[in-house]
Amino acid sequence: MVPLHWYLTLSAAVFMIGMFGFLTRRNIIIMFMSVELMLNAVNISLVSFSHYLQDMRGHILVFFVITVAAAEAAIGLAIIISLFRNKQTAHVDEMNEMKG
Amino acid sequence: MLQQLFFGYYAFMIIILSLLVVTRGNPVHSVMWMLLLFFHIAGLYLFLNAEFIAAIQVIVYAGAILVLFLFVVLLLNLREELSLRQIAGSWPAAFFIVAALFITVTAALGAYVQGPVGSYSIEAIRSETHTKALGRLLYTEYLFPFEIASLILLVAVVGAVVLAKRKLRS
Repeated sequence: MVPLHWYLTLSAAVFMIGMFGFLTRRNIIIMFMSVELMLNAVNISLVSFSHYLQDMRGHILVFFVITVAAAEAAIGLAIIISLFRNKQTAHVDEMNEMKG
Repeated sequence: MLQQLFFGYYAFMIIILSLLVVTRGNPVHSVMWMLLLFFHIAGLYLFLNAEFIAAIQVIVYAGAILVLFLFVVLLLNLREELSLRQIAGSWPAAFFIVAALFITVTAALGAYVQGPVGSYSIEAIRSETHTKALGRLLYTEYLFPFEIASLILLVAVVGAVVLAKRKLRS
């Protein structure tokens, strides 16, 4: 039997890798993929909690997280396309119009 | 023993693949590594007796979201981006923050006490199949959130069209 702690540590590690990617990468598409990575890390911990507590609610929550991730991907990629149309770049350092 | 070995393989591959996703310079390579990563996460879900979740992980994440990513990466001309500096100069600070957070989270794991278990044991799920158990719960107890999820998808469809359209007719 694999203890629950292993799954939670794996989930935390994947979440931190995603966060590191989001903080350091300057390509907006890879930053967006890091967000998806963090969502997947949370899904791993939800499914493992659900398995060890013998409850289906974690699976329901994963279902909704995947729905929101799909919606987020569609909206986010549309925003990236319109950004690229205006600036001709996917480099976030170039996008500083909102800076005060 | 075999279970630990299985978990070890999946955990090792998931961590290596997520590191590859985050560090590759070319977004197309990142998307390809992410495809492999999602299949490994689906394998981990199967290992946790969540067949339906594994199936929608493959169908929705690997099948739909990543194809969307790949389309956008190929639509945008990122050739000159590749020569630019990809990683922010302040990455040691980010590494420090992330490592501190990881240590905090894993230290908090020691204080976890398992609560009472629910009624969906592996035998109970196996007797009525995972999809049926999930569907029954989703269409009775969680019917209202399910309807809201459909609304979120509708908003996403309309919003994506509006945002990506070149110019709205005035």
